[in-house]
Amino acid sequence: MASANAKAEPLTNGKLKLMICDDSNIIRRKIERELQIERLQVIATAANGKQAVEAFRKEPADVVTMDITMPEMDGIECVENLVKIKPDVLILVISALSDKATAIEALKKGANGFLCKPFTDRQLTEALEELLRGAGNDD
Amino acid sequence: MMTKVELETFVEGTTHYFATAANQPASVGSPYIVQEGKPTIQEFTGLISIAGKRRGIVYFTASRPMLTVMLMRMGETELTQENMCDLVGEVANTISGNARRDFGKDFMISVPTVVAGEPEKIVTPDNIRSFVIPINWRSHSAQLVVCLE
Repeated sequence: MASANAKAEPLTNGKLKLMICDDSNIIRRKIERELQIERLQVIATAANGKQAVEAFRKEPADVVTMDITMPEMDGIECVENLVKIKPDVLILVISALSDKATAIEALKKGANGFLCKPFTDRQLTEALEELLRGAGNDD
Repeated sequence: MMTKVELETFVEGTTHYFATAANQPASVGSPYIVQEGKPTIQEFTGLISIAGKRRGIVYFTASRPMLTVMLMRMGETELTQENMCDLVGEVANTISGNARRDFGKDFMISVPTVVAGEPEKIVTPDNIRSFVIPINWRSHSAQLVVCLE
């Protein structure tokens, strides 16, 4: 089992590891379908923050999409936990909570971007591309 | 009692949801008050409890045929009862969450509760009037019910 300080091992195919966390199965599947793009490979999905932290400890992802309103552990607390495990993880919060205060709180806890639900496929791809560009992974 | 402006937040949220997530705009009618009895409940209902600055419930209720087409329009291939329950919960959650843009962060929403075919499990507070927002999408109809102090 990976330790709390585990560093992500790059996939042998050079892709970035992606974890999807959302309590909605159809949203997880939608994100998975759309983000199976060249540089991302889904390594884990989680239905709440607690599951996400457990999966992340076993195998830290490079990129995470994170819902906020979830049972067990919400997305804000989960972001905080993931950043402690792997400070350079890239986290895109995808939430229906569209007030500014929530977005600011998520960014303060360590998220790198915020996409409001509902979203189109194009908005999702663009948000991910912007996240990767911001981290210097745009080649 | 809800104001007209507050109700407009939910009308706009519903319109935005269908245009964006379901890839086809819906015709969202004017909200009306339920005068007698309980609001309509269809086969699947996703319910959000509201706490904080406002208290009450918001729910989205729709039929199996409508949810089947919505799932298909969203690119989902598994047209299961489980995914239909998931979808009504997600619609209610998304529209309620979007309302925080106007209501602020003290408009606290719960995770969705989903009811399939058991209307007696949907309980609206007796002392609060329920507003029904009618939704017509393709050949289907659904309702968003907003019941807030």
